[in-house]
Amino acid sequence: MNHAATVTASRPMEGMRVYNLKLGMWVFLLSEIMFFSSLIGAYIILRFAHPEQWAEPNVVLNVPLTGFNTFMLICSSVTMVKAFAAIEHGDQAGLRKWLIATIILGASFVSIQVYEYIKLAHHGFVPVTSRYGAEGGPLYGSTFYTMTGFHGAHVTLGVVALIFTTIKAFRGKYSATDYGGVEIMGLYWHFVDLVWIILFTIVYLI
Amino acid sequence: MSTMPLEVGHPSIQHWAEPGHADDRSFIRKYVFSTDHKVIGCQFLILSLTFLLIGGLLAMLIRWQLGWPGTAIPGGAILGEAKAPGGIILPEFYNSLVTMHGTIMIFFAIMPLLVGVFGNWLIPLHVGAADMAFPRLNMMSFWTAVPAGLIMLSSFFVTGGSAAAGWTAYAPLSASPELSGVYMGQKLWCISLIVLGFSSLMGAVNYITTIVNMRAPGMKWMRLPLPIWALFITAILVLLAIPVLTGALILLLFDQTIGTTFFLPKNGGQPLMWQHLFWYFGHPEVYILILPAMGIASEVLSNGARKPVFGYKFMVYAIVAIAFLGWIVWGHHMFQSGMNPLLGATFMTSTMIIAVPSAIKVFNWLGTLYRGDIHFHVPMLNALAFVAMFVIGGLSGVFMASTPVDIYIHDTYFIVAHIHYVLFGGSLFAIFAGIYFWYPKFFGRMMSSTLGKIHFGLTFVFYNMVFFPMHNLGLDGMMRRLYDPNQYEYLAEFQPMNTFISVSALLLGAAQLIFMFNFLWSLKFGKKAPSNPWNANSLEWTLPSPPPHGNFATMPTVYRGPYEYSAPGREEDYWPQNEPPAESGRRATQHEGVHA
Amino acid sequence: MNWSWLLPEPVSTFGSEIDSIYYLILVITGAIFVLVEITLVVFMLRYRHREGRRAEYSHGHSTLEVVWTVVPFILVMVIAWMSMSVWLEAKIANQAHVPANALPLRVTAKQFEWNVTYPGLDEKLDTADDYVKRNQLHLPVNRAVRIDLTSEDVIHSFFLPDMRVKQDAVPGMVIGVWVQPTKAGEYTLGCAELCGLGHYRMKGSVTVHEADAFRSWVMEEGAQPPAVETPAPADSAGADIEAASVSPAPDHEQSSQKPATEEEEQA
Ligand code: HEA
Ligand code: HEA
Ligand code: CUA
Ligand SMILES: [Cu+2]
Repeated sequence: MNHAATVTASRPMEGMRVYNLKLGMWVFLLSEIMFFSSLIGAYIILRFAHPEQWAEPNVVLNVPLTGFNTFMLICSSVTMVKAFAAIEHGDQAGLRKWLIATIILGASFVSIQVYEYIKLAHHGFVPVTSRYGAEGGPLYGSTFYTMTGFHGAHVTLGVVALIFTTIKAFRGKYSATDYGGVEIMGLYWHFVDLVWIILFTIVYLI
Repeated sequence: MSTMPLEVGHPSIQHWAEPGHADDRSFIRKYVFSTDHKVIGCQFLILSLTFLLIGGLLAMLIRWQLGWPGTAIPGGAILGEAKAPGGIILPEFYNSLVTMHGTIMIFFAIMPLLVGVFGNWLIPLHVGAADMAFPRLNMMSFWTAVPAGLIMLSSFFVTGGSAAAGWTAYAPLSASPELSGVYMGQKLWCISLIVLGFSSLMGAVNYITTIVNMRAPGMKWMRLPLPIWALFITAILVLLAIPVLTGALILLLFDQTIGTTFFLPKNGGQPLMWQHLFWYFGHPEVYILILPAMGIASEVLSNGARKPVFGYKFMVYAIVAIAFLGWIVWGHHMFQSGMNPLLGATFMTSTMIIAVPSAIKVFNWLGTLYRGDIHFHVPMLNALAFVAMFVIGGLSGVFMASTPVDIYIHDTYFIVAHIHYVLFGGSLFAIFAGIYFWYPKFFGRMMSSTLGKIHFGLTFVFYNMVFFPMHNLGLDGMMRRLYDPNQYEYLAEFQPMNTFISVSALLLGAAQLIFMFNFLWSLKFGKKAPSNPWNANSLEWTLPSPPPHGNFATMPTVYRGPYEYSAPGREEDYWPQNEPPAESGRRATQHEGVHA
Repeated sequence: MNWSWLLPEPVSTFGSEIDSIYYLILVITGAIFVLVEITLVVFMLRYRHREGRRAEYSHGHSTLEVVWTVVPFILVMVIAWMSMSVWLEAKIANQAHVPANALPLRVTAKQFEWNVTYPGLDEKLDTADDYVKRNQLHLPVNRAVRIDLTSEDVIHSFFLPDMRVKQDAVPGMVIGVWVQPTKAGEYTLGCAELCGLGHYRMKGSVTVHEADAFRSWVMEEGAQPPAVETPAPADSAGADIEAASVSPAPDHEQSSQKPATEEEEQA
């Protein structure tokens, strides 16, 4: 194993503008943008081709509930920032506190989304033959579940990653000089948050 | 200008290459789950050459059917009743062959060869780093590609056979088993490519980070060897194009499995949407398959001609321009698809413009030879062939770029000719050049140059005998993916030409055995390679062959560009990048003393 | 074997125009090809290594770079410009664009056959005297024909080599195609898009009649009750696939895609 390389990857070293791990995360997020763009692009094409299959906002989808969910995700970004700010000043306790807060918010987001899925499915609004009463058509459902589903998966992965980060935080693995792990966790988390704001706008509001 | 890399590479170098520091890794860590970019490069080489071989064998079956339609392949019965009863290829199997040939060649042979092999071999050494930025991620990248390959191969053996909708997998055919007769095969095809996508992404992240962050002091952007520039831009293309394919594949997989209708007309899905998504990835993909080849060719041509690359800066700009334009031309694959003709007209214009940066490259290669001192070593021969053949492939592209002409030649053998002139004449010749050129550095032995020249000569001749006549077949209106052209009266008369092509193809395939033999034989019996067999300038040639784990004993400092050949006032006609200006008289061989 | 780079004789109005673009490109690229390859070979011989030779130490030449950037740019723009008008003439087939007296036909592709609906004597589709022929395309010479092209199952490609016509037939879309044959005779209709195991045998015959010959053909065909022949014997696998092929796209789509609005639909 090449210890050195991994060490240099995670700790900002002097003279470097962006240390490897951070740059790598940025680069990775670029590819994530393209992935979601492909899904969003497909959504736009299909919706323009068959507007009649889409229902008015708030008829099928529960906008207020998801609005609240969105708000929670935004809050989780704030707590994430706080966690990072804490460790930057070597404040271990603060780091742990805010990380846990982020986990709770993230987890609740996922739970609420699952709850919404169940309710929709209950009304027969499922990925394939989706019809909610008289509302919506198959394309509505399949695009809805695909986009929100893949985002949900990203959040879930994020929560798992956060848990590992927190464990490391409790083991005191981070410090004012070595906070790479926390920072890139934050980058990912903010990205997932940003994607949701876009999805929420085009899937729920428009 | 960034000198940041110094600190980065440094500790690892200390760690591994200190004189007397024993490399204490177990066999597994050294050769199987190694994080050493050189080893990973060699692993990718074995993987992709194997797939190149498989893809080639599939091509032989294709050519057998086209050369001698409906006659039994000697010993072909082993293919089984479902594929070729009594050795006679069935139509459904023929479609599988074409699909898998294209898929394997593009995704599992050429792409890993260019990106996986040369990316790993060259990037850390050329930028002067101890290893990739994320060695473990690098290892994962390879070990993700392996299962992807196995999944793809396994699809041959499931009932219904492997995917048979072409490597472009146009929906609805690819999305509806009841229409294609292919069930599991098409799903495995999607899954395999999704998995492979992750492998490519891990590679891309690593390459970009390494090139940006880990360049040795003095390795300014404009001092990077051209293969590194090409691989850098390619990595960006991979990074942005692959996720689009992944997204499309996932939707296609949903259509096949859980019954969604993204690409199925039923319920108002859009078949053309698949084509847009696929080609939005697909055209950048084809430049992923040529840019590194161009970089390798530039490196070898300059070395063979003992002359600086002509217009280095413009070569770099051209690479960037090609990559950029590559994003706005995808529609040229869809001129006849039912896409709005006005849209087609704009795609024609952008596609035409892409010929310009390619022109810059071609003419600069010629400029590099002008007043050179050309040594025809085996890598050089292949690099020259690359230029000669890529021009043909590129020019045929201009015919297709012209929308009205494309009406006639679209989906004919003219396209097949184009594919192979750019991908074989272009990419593969450059790959051969690169393998002959860097083999000694990574395996510590020279490949036989006699066998190399024979392999080159035969390949060059047979290759043209196979693919040049395909232009004519296309102009006579012979469609692609055609199991038996004789079904059409007006095509039946070209059977002799198809037979001629098939004979040449079998010879071409056989000629590759020489390469295979040379490659394997030299591993053990090739003569020991000196550290700098080609008197080249870039950093890897100042290291022993093969370089030690951790590469550089002391962090190299770079004083000049990589193509300072035949500089006046020097006794030898090359000038290593890291040779301090002061001691300009000294030879690289003495440098080894310092490093090894 | 045919090594010539000439195209087979074109037998449609825009066919010869398309060919002239092809020959223009052939000349330009041919010249470039010869120029590049000859230069390459000459340099290889002229500058091959000999004892005591040393390469010239030069890093390039900016004016040259400009030249070989600008010249190719002009050339390709010329090609693009010349192509444009021919392309639009050949491809745009909405009523506004094709001659008014154009004969309307409907071609519906399905694995692995071409079903051509003829308007009969009244020359209007969707009337009682329409009749369908499988794999037989009959056209009058020197008269424009406007085809509504669609597919029932997968994507096929409607290919008339001699008339330089090629257009994919996409299920769920009705795409307008037009052509005006200029020479009576027997030609071929092929399928150019991989559409399954029968792709290679999905072909039809094309008969271009003199005007009056076409009329009489319509009369005798129109006379008989509109009969659709039974499927041609196909190999077993082919048969059950045909059995399984999906029905035409739902009505609201068909209607939402009247040729008049096809530009939007296609975009
Ligand atoms: C390495 C891969 C590679 C490369 C580099 C290219 C390069 C180009 N390709 Fe190619 N292409 C493919 C791989 C590639 N292609 C493949 C695999 C397909 C088939 C996909 C399928 O299965 O359907 C395809 C299909 C394809 C099509 C679709 C055809 C059809 O299906 O109807 C078109 C149409 O425009 C096209 C155009 C071009 C053009 C204009 C270039 C240009 O980049 C070429 C530019 C280079 C030159 C022009 C030569 C050098 C320049 C000079 C010597 C200067 C002077 C020249 C002029 C002034 C003209 N290609
Ligand atoms: C880089 C890509 C690549 C390469 C190298 C090739 C190589 C060959 N191709 Fe391929 N071909 C494609 C990419 C490629 N092809 C694609 C993308 C398509 C379109 C598919 C589609 O329509 O969907 C296609 C389609 C295609 C067709 C059209 C089929 C049809 O439309 O019906 C034909 C027909 O002749 C053909 C023939 C050949 C032949 C004879 C070779 C010969 O050159 C093969 C010669 C043999 C080899 C190159 C193997 C040599 C092996 C080694 C050198 C490895 C040595 C091993 C060790 C050292 C361990 N190809
Ligand atoms: Cu129908 Cu090919
Ligand atoms: Cu392309």
